Amino acid sequence: MEREDFDRIEQAARRRERIRSAVTYVLLALWALIVLFPFYWMILTSVKSYSAYNAEYVPRLFTLAPTMQNYADAFTAVPLGRYFLNTAVFTVLTTGLMLLVIVLAAYAFARLSFPGKDATFTFLLSLMMIPNELVIITNFVTITDWGLRNTFLGLILPSVTSVFYIYLLKENFEQIPEELYKAAKVDGTSDFKYLWKVMLPICSPTIVTITILKVIECWNSYVWPRLITDEPTRFLVSNGIQEIRENGFGRENIPAMMAAVVVVSFPLIVLFLLFHKKIMEGVSRGGTKG
Amino acid sequence: MNKRALRPWLYLLPALLFLGVFLVYPLLDVLVYSVEEGYNSASQSYYGVGLYNYAYVLHDPYFLQAVKNTFIIVIITVPLSTGLALLISLGLHSIGRLRELFQTIFFLPYVTNTLAVGLVFMILFQKTPYSDGLVNVLLSVFGLSPVDFIEGPYWAKILVMCLYTVWIVLPFKILILTNALASVNEDYYRAARVDGTSKFRIFTKITLPMISPMLFYLVITGFIGAFKAYSDEVAIFGTDLNAAGMNTIVGYVYDMLYGDSGGFPSYAAAAALILFAIVMTITCINLLVSKRSVYHA
Amino acid sequence: MKIVLQELTKRYPNQNKKIKEDVVAVDHFTFEIPDGKLIGLLGPSGCGKSTTLNMICGLEKPTSGRIFFGEDDVTDLPPENRGVGMVFQSYALYPHLTVEQNIMFPLENFKGKDKLTREQMKERAKKAADLVQIGELLERRPKELSGGQQQRVAIARALVKEPRVLLLDEPLSNLDARLRLQTREEIRRIQRETGVTTVFVTHDQEEAMSISDWIIVMKQGVVQQIGWPQEVYDKPVNLFVASFLGTPPINVFRARAEGGKLYIGGAAVLDVPGVPDGDVTAAIRPEGFIPCEDGPLVCGRRAVETMGRDTSVVATHPDFVREEIRTIVPSGTRVDAYAPTVSFALRPEKTHLFDPETGERIPFGEETGHE
Repeated sequence: MEREDFDRIEQAARRRERIRSAVTYVLLALWALIVLFPFYWMILTSVKSYSAYNAEYVPRLFTLAPTMQNYADAFTAVPLGRYFLNTAVFTVLTTGLMLLVIVLAAYAFARLSFPGKDATFTFLLSLMMIPNELVIITNFVTITDWGLRNTFLGLILPSVTSVFYIYLLKENFEQIPEELYKAAKVDGTSDFKYLWKVMLPICSPTIVTITILKVIECWNSYVWPRLITDEPTRFLVSNGIQEIRENGFGRENIPAMMAAVVVVSFPLIVLFLLFHKKIMEGVSRGGTKG
Repeated sequence: MNKRALRPWLYLLPALLFLGVFLVYPLLDVLVYSVEEGYNSASQSYYGVGLYNYAYVLHDPYFLQAVKNTFIIVIITVPLSTGLALLISLGLHSIGRLRELFQTIFFLPYVTNTLAVGLVFMILFQKTPYSDGLVNVLLSVFGLSPVDFIEGPYWAKILVMCLYTVWIVLPFKILILTNALASVNEDYYRAARVDGTSKFRIFTKITLPMISPMLFYLVITGFIGAFKAYSDEVAIFGTDLNAAGMNTIVGYVYDMLYGDSGGFPSYAAAAALILFAIVMTITCINLLVSKRSVYHA
Repeated sequence: MKIVLQELTKRYPNQNKKIKEDVVAVDHFTFEIPDGKLIGLLGPSGCGKSTTLNMICGLEKPTSGRIFFGEDDVTDLPPENRGVGMVFQSYALYPHLTVEQNIMFPLENFKGKDKLTREQMKERAKKAADLVQIGELLERRPKELSGGQQQRVAIARALVKEPRVLLLDEPLSNLDARLRLQTREEIRRIQRETGVTTVFVTHDQEEAMSISDWIIVMKQGVVQQIGWPQEVYDKPVNLFVASFLGTPPINVFRARAEGGKLYIGGAAVLDVPGVPDGDVTAAIRPEGFIPCEDGPLVCGRRAVETMGRDTSVVATHPDFVREEIRTIVPSGTRVDAYAPTVSFALRPEKTHLFDPETGERIPFGEETGHE
């Protein structure tokens, strides 16, 4: 073969490569559009006025007269602020309590030695296979019997432990060299102080990951709150949205509903934009949705 | 036991207590519920032990509808979402610039509130007296007549349902597969290039086997997740799924427990255990298939 | 098949976007590798040796310059059309395939008239496996093999296409010390048996010296010296090459040449006829020191380490550029283990002088024609 032949082959290959790459970018951009469009649409709809929205037989892709009225309605006509507050309290309490419980358990498994440790841990791991749908029935009855319906306690109690997070944290704790513990012991550090001052700071990336994942889970939780709350003043945002949809603003007010949707989605999207690396890393380490 | 031996158990106490009360005891209790016939939640009494609850559930048309819906969702969304995720991940893996931006955007649905975004899907697909909705407007460009996807024909509702489910589950699958692709040692591809291996052969003989464990993990968890479909349906069709004809097995369980037709924990327990049996069976089949066809590191 | 590299150059855009200037990985590399030789490409990490190997292989395109295999210009050919076999540092054995399937993998890519039947492939794979003595492991998977066995499989896979050129990237770095000795002999044997022109890259000078016909020493993309191993060791062209070869490393002193004599710290330690007066850098191989009571180079004695076959005397000197001088003397030599100082005479053939500014070699004695 001559040099020119090679050049021609090379050029053809390069052209194919460029076309392939361009097609890839276009398809990825298309999917990005599909992902982002619902977000755009909810923000857009939320700033259209009620009358303007209902006048559009063919929905318009933009608006020239944005209004904040819907946001005002969302906070006044329906108790969105209440739902918001409830969810915030629920999220903070559940996450905080859960961290306490799992840190103690993970510490015992990682650092202390006692008879029956391995058996207990294996037993715990086997609990990961139990589907939520099975146990929720009895939990519903239990919480009802205890008279905890429509209380924060009733909402929180069943979700303050997570076998998976205990496992994750224990693995992380075990990576801390034994020598550190021995050195701390020589210096007369108590176990509890060692846990608080040494282990937790070292493992803070994992703790942060767990916290973020749990916050997302709490903020979006729907099934359990739906079963356990029937007083609208106790609703969390997911149930609140559902309530707004069904009994809403007294009439079908889609723009106001979208304003509520934007408000509800906003905190997690901000959290995601701030911590997207951590969240994605944490999820890929074994989190699944719900 | 002396004080020192007790201390570890003190650390474990909260975790074990919560797990015992809210996970282990309920697991055993649900079995009991499912065989208590005629259980009355007000008087907490029952008048017999047997399999009547299972028989009732299996003959309940609402349950059968829920099973049908669930299976349709599983059969359509699991292969579709896994295949789509694989294509998108391969695309992401092949580009250099903007990869991180695309990855971040694609992951966004994972963190959003399912119920909230479901409403957006609803208004996009809904046909009301005031408006055909954006999707119908788009369809009319292609000469298709408008359909109410939310309260209209069954196939239309299933279509929206599956689209929304795929939109919701893709972020996780894309993330896992992109990571799996990135973890394949670059030397394998270089070695294949030295040997003049074609792109197609590289994909089938190297890439696919190397990511097959993750692919099967996604298929297995995808099946389990799809069988438990519920809140996505509520998000689009509202809480009264039976009326919409779009209930799922999990939805049936919750409706039996609480809600307009609620107050029957025994039926709920029987339905939940039937679901569990189905999921276990499918998972076992999956595992058997994967044992034969997946390369295990 | 001889390999000719002509003005081979590779530039990368700088990772740090603020710096406009390209990074030069390989700078005008010109060399002709004779047919059937085993060549060691040696240098510290980042010296451009792997880039050179990748360019010979075809995985990377040179920015400028040309590569010939024999008379063929292969510069623009993709790797598969060059007829090269490559062994990767990580071996890159496909973990889901058996040893036999791994070795057959390249053959299955043959197209058109080169296409082989299954039997022919199996036969070729068997032959390659026998050559590297793993004929009985064909059914195993890579993870069931030891590091040394995996290495052999990788070599067999590279050789099964009967390449014109065999390339090895750090072939021994993933093996433990004992296996390394064994495997390098093995590479030498396989290369002899097949007669294939072989280039391997390493940062381990001992490895390169022990099996190569020729070694090429590189630094920051520039070839420093090419020659047969003993020659490069005995006549390093600059201080870098002198320091890079040999264990323990060569001992470097600040020194002066005056009137044909070499002065270290005021003492005339060696006759160096033909060297112009001025500051020089004197580098002395560990075996170039002869302990003797009236030796001119007086050093502080730090330790005497017995190593069986020979003895290592560790010493200090104010004009030494690093911490400790390390010498190797025959074990029979008597060294007073308690005296505070130790005196040495120097072997002229083990002493090298370099320009303190440029690091270039300054010849003396026989090299310059002086006696």
